[in-house]
Amino acid sequence: MEKSGSADSLGSKRSSSRQPSVDSLTRYRCVTVTCVSLCHGVAASDVTYICPFLGAIRGSLTVTNYRLFFKCLDKDPAFVLDLPVGVISRVEKIGAISAQGEVSFGLVCKDIRNLRFAHRYQEGSLKKSIFELVNKFAFPVSNALRMFAFEYGQPFPENGWKVYDPLAEYKRQGLPNESWRITKANEHYDVCETYPATLVVPANIPDEELKRVAAFRAKGRIPVLSWIHPETQATVTRCSQPMVGVNGKRSKEDEKHLQAIMDANAQSHKLFIFDARPPVNAAANKMKGGGFESEDAYQNAELVFLDIHNIHVMRESLRKLKEVVYPNIEESHWLSNLESTHWLEHIKLILAGALRIADKVESGKTSVVVHCSDGWDRTAQLSSLAMLMLDGFYRTLRGFQVLVEKEWLSFGHRFQLRIGHGDRNHTDADRSPVFLQFIDCVWQMTRQFPAAFEFNEFFLITILDHLYSCLFGTFLCNSEQQRLEEDLPKRTVSLWSYINSQHEEFTNPLYVDYANHVLYPVVSMRHLELWVGYYIRWNPRMRPQEPLHQHYRELLAKRAELQRKVEELQREVAGRVAVAPPEKAGSPAGSPVQTCV
Amino acid sequence: MFSLGSNGGKYTKPSFVSYVNPEQKGNDALQEKNPVFLPGEVVFCSASPVLKCTHDDLLEGSIMGTLFCTNFRISFVSDQVLLEDVVQPFRNRLYGENDIPLTCVDQIYGDYDEKRKLITNTQMKNKHPNGIIVHCKDLRVFQFSLKLAKEEAAKKIFQGIVRHSLEPKSLRCIFAFSYCENIAGAPETQNKPRTLMFENIVDWMEEMKRTKGNCKLLEINKDFTISQKVLFDRLPQFFFIPTNVLEKDLAAYQGKGVPIWCWSHHSGCALFKTASLPLVQEESFLRAQKLYMERMLNAVAHNYLYAVKAVDLSETLPSIQDIQQSYSRFKQNFLIDNIGEFWISDMKWFSTLETTRWLSIIRQCLHKAVEVVEYLEKENTNILLIEDGGTDLSCVISSLVQLMLDPHYRTLTGFQSLVQKEWVVGGHNFLERCNHLNNKDKESPVFLLFLECVWQLLQQHSLAFQFSETYLTVLSDSISVAIFSTFIFSSPYQRVSSMKTESQTHGSLLNIPSVWDWSLQFDCKSQEFLFNPLYREKSKQEKTRNKNQRPKPIRQLSLPNATPPKKYFFKEETESLRKMLRGTRISRWMHLSDSAQASVWEFYNAWQQKPLDYHGLLLPDLDGPAIRLWMQRYLRWIPEVQIFGGGDITLVNKITSLSQELEELRMELEQQVRQADPRCKSTETVNKSTIRMSCFFPFASCRSGSFKPAIPTSHCDGEMDMGHLAEREDEDTELTDNSVIRGCAD
Repeated sequence: MEKSGSADSLGSKRSSSRQPSVDSLTRYRCVTVTCVSLCHGVAASDVTYICPFLGAIRGSLTVTNYRLFFKCLDKDPAFVLDLPVGVISRVEKIGAISAQGEVSFGLVCKDIRNLRFAHRYQEGSLKKSIFELVNKFAFPVSNALRMFAFEYGQPFPENGWKVYDPLAEYKRQGLPNESWRITKANEHYDVCETYPATLVVPANIPDEELKRVAAFRAKGRIPVLSWIHPETQATVTRCSQPMVGVNGKRSKEDEKHLQAIMDANAQSHKLFIFDARPPVNAAANKMKGGGFESEDAYQNAELVFLDIHNIHVMRESLRKLKEVVYPNIEESHWLSNLESTHWLEHIKLILAGALRIADKVESGKTSVVVHCSDGWDRTAQLSSLAMLMLDGFYRTLRGFQVLVEKEWLSFGHRFQLRIGHGDRNHTDADRSPVFLQFIDCVWQMTRQFPAAFEFNEFFLITILDHLYSCLFGTFLCNSEQQRLEEDLPKRTVSLWSYINSQHEEFTNPLYVDYANHVLYPVVSMRHLELWVGYYIRWNPRMRPQEPLHQHYRELLAKRAELQRKVEELQREVAGRVAVAPPEKAGSPAGSPVQTCV
Repeated sequence: MFSLGSNGGKYTKPSFVSYVNPEQKGNDALQEKNPVFLPGEVVFCSASPVLKCTHDDLLEGSIMGTLFCTNFRISFVSDQVLLEDVVQPFRNRLYGENDIPLTCVDQIYGDYDEKRKLITNTQMKNKHPNGIIVHCKDLRVFQFSLKLAKEEAAKKIFQGIVRHSLEPKSLRCIFAFSYCENIAGAPETQNKPRTLMFENIVDWMEEMKRTKGNCKLLEINKDFTISQKVLFDRLPQFFFIPTNVLEKDLAAYQGKGVPIWCWSHHSGCALFKTASLPLVQEESFLRAQKLYMERMLNAVAHNYLYAVKAVDLSETLPSIQDIQQSYSRFKQNFLIDNIGEFWISDMKWFSTLETTRWLSIIRQCLHKAVEVVEYLEKENTNILLIEDGGTDLSCVISSLVQLMLDPHYRTLTGFQSLVQKEWVVGGHNFLERCNHLNNKDKESPVFLLFLECVWQLLQQHSLAFQFSETYLTVLSDSISVAIFSTFIFSSPYQRVSSMKTESQTHGSLLNIPSVWDWSLQFDCKSQEFLFNPLYREKSKQEKTRNKNQRPKPIRQLSLPNATPPKKYFFKEETESLRKMLRGTRISRWMHLSDSAQASVWEFYNAWQQKPLDYHGLLLPDLDGPAIRLWMQRYLRWIPEVQIFGGGDITLVNKITSLSQELEELRMELEQQVRQADPRCKSTETVNKSTIRMSCFFPFASCRSGSFKPAIPTSHCDGEMDMGHLAEREDEDTELTDNSVIRGCAD
């Protein structure tokens, strides 16, 4: 799509060869940070950036508390590398001091890149190296510094923290109704500290009982409503695993709770429980007190395992993918290398799971309960993707923001842990690309339904870029409770503030609002492909080959122009009321307009 | 469903009266009671009732009907009257969705009591199977059950089908000959621009003039009189050769080794192709051959004035057999008759695709073409493509090179002219490569390979081509409909001579239609699908600008003081040639350097830096992810992979409708300027119902209302080896040593 590779320079490269640089690194487009105090900034001249595509480039390097900025003006076009230090997951010294007296550093980034620099080793001056400074600013949490998001005070016309209002969203879904009520039981986060304050539960389950249900669900994450079908009243509910354990413990309250969820939907006398895990893992969880619902205990419930692997498998898969795509692609074994990473296979399983959920709700008119172990990783992926398939609202620019705020942020996907914002400990086993997988799945859907989404590829890439940048407060912390404690809405800027203040950039011109369409993506490998615009965007050879959106925008502009002319003429004609022979009017409107098709 | 157009293209309303016994009634009765057969079409046998089972129909049961075998096709006629609301915007006039032209049959499997056996033309003719599964060259799969038919009829239809679709036959048995006897020659449509057929001097002269080339036209093969004696039989009636080649040179090796002109670059250099000289061992012959080739290269180079490069394709590209083997492995992945099989194969899809090597062969061809383009465009070097027969891969490469360099060939008629010039008149052996006569040994999908390469270019640069993906798919299907003169002959000589003999036997002039007469296959509305709505015609400004910028051809060698680039380039090379090992084959010592790979990338990168001009040089991206599967062609019949309401087709349709809107507005404007009265706009509301088209539109039908998604039936249980990572808990914080994870991963 036209903004892929997160680059405005990508698109304009076609019209001008005088762009500043070939290296896609410069395409990194981030918000102009106007009010950054550069007091922490330190510059070093004569640094070499060893670019995997262009070779060694000498220039100057500036490091601030937000960014790392490398510039080489000798080259024509000038070469610029600009990345937020938040993207860096590891700074490492590579090898010893070379014969030329140079010391070299590698930066491993969360956005697939690895960067390598070298500079002359000077003892004493500038302490040791400018990269010590990178080490400091990239990991503010480990260095007891403040995250840059708290410094950033850029005003935007809109406050993105107000994008999601739970009550308004539930109202949009037609809630509360006779079967479902909105409860403030978790107002002080004492039913479940990782859940939001506002929850929707079956109407006949009183608040006191919720606590007893919470006792039977891992981390107190009780079954609550995510989405309700506007016609059939079939619902998508989410929770964590039941604490069944080796002895097969039961909870009357929990059973009653699920029965209430089933009863709330008059269309079906069944309930589907989708356990995202492979059955082996679900069974293994019994050893630790967890497990899954037995069909004996839960009458009329059917349990389905979706075979999605855990966060460690996903992290490993992304690591392999990085090896395959960066910096260079081995052409002759591209497909088998790609397959060996299993990345797309995981994407397929997640999408397939979401598809089964959406199908049960839409075609089967049956309510579903979704959970994994804790209900904040795979569960979030499945519920949000199913909702994206079922409800056209979430396919709009703002609707998608609501979806992320609701299913991911408010329901406690542990962003801080999964991304490791500002944390030096890059080997932390809690890190995992769960949210990246979700965005990848969304991208796969936008590929299959190019006109069904109001946002474009650039929007998705921007979300991922600022997932790591720590410029905005949106993805900081692990839960709603923590965010309020940190007072993020007051102290930081929301990513949505930035996005909504220039929404044209993120809008898909081809969008058609098929609000009532349910989208069923094809989850065969035949249709899944690697998201080149994200994973391989640093490779300068990968330029997007689809100027279709650009073409469409041009046509739209032309249509607007023609429409204006028609109106003008109509006014002119109406004013004249056929006095003079119109042939002599000599309007220039017929002047050549380029034929496009 | 059975949409056979009569000759004039008038639709006859099909009647679906139950058909009892065809052979007792005459041919006339047949035509009355059944959908109209093509002129010249004769029914060999039929059986009824036969069940047609399709894998997505299994639940709803099979369709009952009659199976026919004619001299053109295998045809299934349903007893049920089809629902009228099935949206079928794109129909072929020659054969319907339940018809298989005999030449389109790829393989037939017999169902013998749950065991499936491949039917060959020699075996198993006596015992007829319970059912047959037909794999088609256009990748459709049919399953017919013969259980319900009478023993005798079932046996007869089985034998008929096997005989007529698998057994070797003679050229005269090809349906085109029966067909053209019975149709009047189509009136020549004098459309401008027209497709150049290159069957007369005028077309050749026009092409030479357009490219501003400077070569000598040879007419000695005019009546193909020498074709049989002096020249090898692949040479066209007329062709251009470098001015310095003498007519007597032609006789030396039956025309092999003589550079045949393909195309001239605006810089003055040109592209030639030739068949390699026969293999020799003896030193004196070898020396003679070397001298001869040297003289030919010299002729191309205008007496050492220009650089010249010989590119031996047999050396550097996969062989014809490799291509055939690769494709037969490749296509097998799309001939799916079982859903379970489909989902199982889905798991290993990428590696399966890779092991067929088909995409890799496509990449190799495109890569080679870019190499040649670089020589022509950057170095202004003359190119001589050499290949054993001179009519297979050299056709692929020369056509691709021209497509990349010359925007004329990216228009519909330009492309068709290119195919005429390089393939049809250029002597590609369609008859044997397409295996129309069922003599498998020389089969190889070389022309399809070319279309694949074109498709890659098209999907990468969708605004640069006037024809659509659908056009390429339909063209690839047309190869196996043996009605068009384009694809049924082995050489222009064979075409002319066999037409002559046939005409003599029939006493009237036969005229087998060309595939380019698209009205034979499609009505006007359907023909619109052949055009690419995204194509950007050259604007007037661009046209004038380019006219001014276009460098004057420097071929007219009246510029003595201008030093031609790399004057001694060729000379040096020939000097070194002499010193080289005395190889077995003369072409062995002439090929592009090994560093070509790096050079190609450099060339591509430099091109990529410049703003893209859709009417200028066009290069393909050859990186791993850029070479893709031609989904429309290969996946269109598989129900599991239809995206309803999605696919790129939605984009194309939106752009098309917007363009139409633009056009209407423009007309409205013009009208308003001309006449003052407000025009009542004909608001023809485009069908904006919620019908969801398949992503393989126009090939698969649409679906309205509700439908079920395709849910994978097989999971990765045990398939994915995740090591011990899979057994870990999400929140297992005790294990933080990353090295442990790394260790087990590989």
